[in-house]
Amino acid sequence: MKIFTSIKDWIDHRLPVFTFIDRELTKYPTPKNLNYLWNFGSLAGITLMVMILSGIFLAMHYDPAADKAFDSVEYIMRNVNYGWFMRYLHANGASMFFIVVYIHMFRGLYYGSYKAPRELLWILGVVILILMMATAFMGYVLPWGQMSYWGATVITNLFSVFPFGDAIVEWLWGGFSVSGPTLNRFFVLHYLFPFLIIGVVALHLVALHQHGSNNPVGIECKEPSDKIPFHPYYTVKDLFGLGVFAFVWSYFIFFNPNFFGEPDNYIPANPLVTPPHIVPEWYFLPFYAILRSIPNKLFGVIAMFGAVLVLFFLPWLDRSKVRSATFRPIFKWIFWTFVVDCLILGYVGAHSPDYIYEATGISNQFLGQITTFYYFSFFFIMLPLLGLYEKPLPIPASLSEVKSRKRKWRFFGVFFLSSLTTPLWGDSLPLSHQTWSFQGPFGTFDRKDLQHGFQIYKEVCAACHGLKHLRFRDLEALGYTPEEIKAIAAEYKIETVNDEGEKAERPALPTDAFPGPYKNEQAARAANNGALPPDLSLITKARVGGPDYVYSLLTGYEAAPPADIHVAEGMHYNPVFPGGQIAMIPPLSDGLVAYNNGEKPSINQMAKDVVTFLSWVAEPELEMRKTMGYRVLIYFLVFTALMYALMKVIWARIK
Amino acid sequence: MTKPTSDKTLKKEPTRRDFLLLTAGTVGTVGAAYFAWPFIDSMNPAADVLAQSTIDVDLSPIPEGQAITVVWRGKPIFVRHRTAAEIQEAEKTPLAELIDPESDQDRVKKNHTPWLIVVGICTHLGCIPTGNTPTQTRGKYGGWACPCHGSLYDTSGRVRRGPAPLNLAIPPYTFLTDTTIRIGVEEKKT
Repeated sequence: MKIFTSIKDWIDHRLPVFTFIDRELTKYPTPKNLNYLWNFGSLAGITLMVMILSGIFLAMHYDPAADKAFDSVEYIMRNVNYGWFMRYLHANGASMFFIVVYIHMFRGLYYGSYKAPRELLWILGVVILILMMATAFMGYVLPWGQMSYWGATVITNLFSVFPFGDAIVEWLWGGFSVSGPTLNRFFVLHYLFPFLIIGVVALHLVALHQHGSNNPVGIECKEPSDKIPFHPYYTVKDLFGLGVFAFVWSYFIFFNPNFFGEPDNYIPANPLVTPPHIVPEWYFLPFYAILRSIPNKLFGVIAMFGAVLVLFFLPWLDRSKVRSATFRPIFKWIFWTFVVDCLILGYVGAHSPDYIYEATGISNQFLGQITTFYYFSFFFIMLPLLGLYEKPLPIPASLSEVKSRKRKWRFFGVFFLSSLTTPLWGDSLPLSHQTWSFQGPFGTFDRKDLQHGFQIYKEVCAACHGLKHLRFRDLEALGYTPEEIKAIAAEYKIETVNDEGEKAERPALPTDAFPGPYKNEQAARAANNGALPPDLSLITKARVGGPDYVYSLLTGYEAAPPADIHVAEGMHYNPVFPGGQIAMIPPLSDGLVAYNNGEKPSINQMAKDVVTFLSWVAEPELEMRKTMGYRVLIYFLVFTALMYALMKVIWARIK
Repeated sequence: MTKPTSDKTLKKEPTRRDFLLLTAGTVGTVGAAYFAWPFIDSMNPAADVLAQSTIDVDLSPIPEGQAITVVWRGKPIFVRHRTAAEIQEAEKTPLAELIDPESDQDRVKKNHTPWLIVVGICTHLGCIPTGNTPTQTRGKYGGWACPCHGSLYDTSGRVRRGPAPLNLAIPPYTFLTDTTIRIGVEEKKT
């Protein structure tokens, strides 16, 4: 032991790391009355680390070329060991990061943590927020799906309002539209920015440790007994918070991984077709609503950027000398109204501007304008005026005078939950809701349905639709033996080049992916009256309604359209399909397929089996994901309980 | 930390706090280790790479005395159809003369002695030895000769002259039929 002490002393004398750790992490005096809202700073730091870690490992497999990016993400999901876990960890991590940071910021706003002498601490935090937004936006572009592509187009076009706007936008793109060069540079910057964030976080912490944390009472600690060392009191409290947070994050990773995502992003980017409902990720929705509320392009963009930039001036807009809202009777109400206002803005951003609220008759556009007005008047009217006219409650002289109060964090719980509600699109679709074997937290794929569904795909769908992300060897999960798979694969032909250099064909091997039915897109369109039969590898993930949608589509054909609908030549009437007209002929009919057991399935049975099969193709990791999920959730329950018990024991000494 | 008070606390009976600290610490450490595993494992060969890890080779077009090179897991595999004289020479070489003593029958499959299947990578520093095509030199021992540092191998793929320390490696393989082998799978022991 003595030798360790002397090595430690030797190092510390030359590079005072141990002194630093002791001073800034162990002994660092912290107000003793911090509530759970002060957990979110450390949670944000941990989330940043996890995002960087998972991002680095994802980057080892991702390919930032426009024609490869989408497929390389699917490659990660299907082939890389635990690739699906890393991707879902990272994708949901972005949402978790924003939830944590937004709560962290609202906490700062409520308790006046930006007031002297902590103005620069707040400003550095706003810089981190802006860097985070840029990073998140560029990260969302990388999967190169429809939302990625059109999100990138819309956001980069915002810069066109500035002088020389067109030149700026072309410079951002590296071309005349969002294209390969754009993707490549976004990937590089998406990798770079987190390290800039680390740098600003370091400054944020230096600024924090200069004057120490603010606290719920909002007065400086005057007596030594007001402060306690950071370790072990707040390390254990932060670990407890981490347990709760990790539990929530894990729930989304393992049981609801696409909750925050958009189905459209599982459709590869198409520069010629914009999706009908283009929305940004939920964490940008309030700003998006502000953009849309102002019916002038230039002022809309200025307002949107202004909504973020105004935060820089918050320390000077708020004229009140009192920090904590606890002692500001009017501000408290204004604050909560502001929180609700931000939530409504998010809701407005998620819905079409033309949407009319039936109960009140007001349009979404108008609601957005009111809430935008409130957003800015909070900063420019209420905060300055309140400083002059509000009469604060008596402020205690020291922390020890303060009785423990009922905490307000239940409101933040409401904020947290309501921020989880994502927009519900297309609720008007008449979907038929089925009971699926794989749904719910315990669901697994029914092997018999899968085999039957595969048979239907092979005998019916495969004539027009490919499954390019599925490899023959993957069929082992359906219960086929290697010999059976080899025989199935051999029924398909793969294009190759023979020894004379001419095009030839060879039978497919189990390691090959399913070859498409057409040689290229032109051939597919020529054979289908101009329509392109989509690849089905991700179909249940790429449509709103998922399996229910595909099932309803397959069973939703109506021979006679209503009198007021004119169905074009070569089209078929199907009310489930957006627009009601679909080029695909009704694919299923009674007696079309005979199963091995002699059963002749009905149309509904066939639809159900094939959708089960396609759901498995879209999410082959589903069963492993859920099994692993249970272990992880149980682990974090134990972890959290232990940390809670430990926290109670350690904190027992503090009054 | 030599204050008498801390000495006193050290000698105290283990408390509830000590128990919780130890348990929580263990649970946390185990969790961190498990968390690291997916990231480490993600760098291992992916499922599609593993799926390519066996190949079937048709032996029928290889005439006696010649060899072909096939690629297995990115490495060259020498598949050589040995003549009776070459087999005899490999079998009669006394083990005492060898750098890495191994009998010829241990390096081929029973009843398939004409077929020698080795990984075509010199065991010295990873160069590809010559001698697998008729135009290349096979060296003094009739097997392969490494162009980098002059190691020589015999008709059993055993190293006969250094600096290579070991015989050419034998990949796992199985005879599916008399004229087809599958490289990447070891023959089941009967």
